[in-house]
Amino acid sequence: MSSAEIQAPAGRHAAEREPQHTWWLVAVWLVLSLAACLVIWFVWYPHLPPGDMTTSARHQQFDIAVLAVSAAPVILGVWLYFGYVLVAFRAKPGDDSDGAPIFGNTKVSATWIIGTSVIVLWLFVFGTIELIGPAGAGAGEGASPIWKLSGNQTAAWTPGANDMLQVQVIGQQWTWSYRYPQFGGMESTVLDLPVNTPITFHVTSLDVIHSFWPYLLGVKADANPLVDNVAYTTARQTGSFIVRCNELCGIWHGAMTSNGNVMSQTAFKVWATAVQLRERANGTLAALPPYSLTYDPTVIPQLGKDLVKVVGVTGAPGYYYGPGNPVTP
Amino acid sequence: MSVTARAAALIVAFLCVAGLGAFVAVYYIGSASQLPTVQYTASGGQVNVALQEDPGNNSTTSPDWVTYYTQDPTTKQWLHTTLFSVPAHTKVNVTIYGYDGCTPLRNNFWGQVQGTLGNTVTVQQFDKNNHRLGPSTTTSLINSWASCSVAHTFAIPEIGLYVPVASPNANNSVNNLCGTYPCTPTSGGAYSLETFSFMSPGQTGSYRWQCLIPCGGGFINGNGGPMQTLGWMGGFMNVVSA
Repeated sequence: MSSAEIQAPAGRHAAEREPQHTWWLVAVWLVLSLAACLVIWFVWYPHLPPGDMTTSARHQQFDIAVLAVSAAPVILGVWLYFGYVLVAFRAKPGDDSDGAPIFGNTKVSATWIIGTSVIVLWLFVFGTIELIGPAGAGAGEGASPIWKLSGNQTAAWTPGANDMLQVQVIGQQWTWSYRYPQFGGMESTVLDLPVNTPITFHVTSLDVIHSFWPYLLGVKADANPLVDNVAYTTARQTGSFIVRCNELCGIWHGAMTSNGNVMSQTAFKVWATAVQLRERANGTLAALPPYSLTYDPTVIPQLGKDLVKVVGVTGAPGYYYGPGNPVTP
Repeated sequence: MSVTARAAALIVAFLCVAGLGAFVAVYYIGSASQLPTVQYTASGGQVNVALQEDPGNNSTTSPDWVTYYTQDPTTKQWLHTTLFSVPAHTKVNVTIYGYDGCTPLRNNFWGQVQGTLGNTVTVQQFDKNNHRLGPSTTTSLINSWASCSVAHTFAIPEIGLYVPVASPNANNSVNNLCGTYPCTPTSGGAYSLETFSFMSPGQTGSYRWQCLIPCGGGFINGNGGPMQTLGWMGGFMNVVSA
């Protein structure tokens, strides 16, 4: 006896009183998906991380909302089908027969291929647009960024002139400092920024790999020694934020944080000028190395010579200790 | 490879990883918990903290590592710990004896005094015979790239405190450093005496402090050894209720 002969009576019997599974599932799925998408868009979206403090953060918030709206129907479809199958197609007691074969079902195959293709293509197109539109989406683009933020490239920064503010982010075990080349190359332990101003971050490190992550700004860029990693954003709201390191960098990695503020352009100008004047007056500006996109941690330009380097090991004691004594002073 | 051999290899690998994890936990967490915390109490609304940094130490495990010591305010003994507590919202007067030789700052920005009252420190140099070398100076910058002048730093980033710690001058850094640890002013080494004050935060809790000079000599980029080990070049200032 063939398997078809065994299943045929049961199949005919079932077909006589089978409800319209597909249409019922589709109807419920549409209702649930619509409800979920509305909740995501109107209830969750305004509260999704990382907020909307900057253009890049706002785009990331939008991206997460769109992806959640895209994913919700898929997840609901899977859950709904799974639950429906458990109830509607549960085997009766004593019924050990196989289900109807679906191999070669053109409708199922076409639905699967078209559906997944649409989803993948949509993610590709949306992701590409959202990467290019906000100039790299707040991520580090390396030393030669492809997608640049528009703004005036000026030697001095002026409020209200759409001048691009250059900020160099320097990671070192285990703290951050920030240089402002348009303010005499002054350096600060606080990352203060003007609102409504295009900002270029030049991220680098003086030792190991760190990751510059001002979460609320929607910016994240690795800080590599001898590398200038560029990221862009534009702050849209005033307020405070915290900078964290997002790359395991040693014992105090978890405590490698600093504070930042987005303030009005006028207030920023006042702050930056005051720091510049103070550091000029106390000699700090003169003591700093010339502004550069990267710094060789084994070289001190003012000393005119390299620090001690012994077969890949840089002696911390610097040039005051000779190569014959690399271990301890 | 047979199933038995593979199972044995898997068990051995698991035990190695588990053993390594246990070792790390005991070595770091266990040793950290053994460090004493020096309690500083306020008098007249102020508290006096005394630290010293030495080119070596009196431990048996790593006698050639640079390190900080903390002075017990009662016994005046120097304890090999970097944990101390101060009352909240109190003026903290810090004295640091700098017995270690000079080291250029990797980022000379840390030569700027930040976060102290007045954003300055006062430095007095002494020779190996404990005689003053010139008058004391009050400054807001110690430029380690201009001269041999900085040994380490004392930084509590969370409250914006960054202090370069002065070193003996170039000649003394090379020839006249203390060799018996913990050093004392009469132990035969030149030193700097640096003082400054800052306000402890109003919020109680543990505030990390560290040296920002990568002074782990012999380790890659100078950031290993004493820089990565609690109780040497970094620790915690515990702020307690006043």
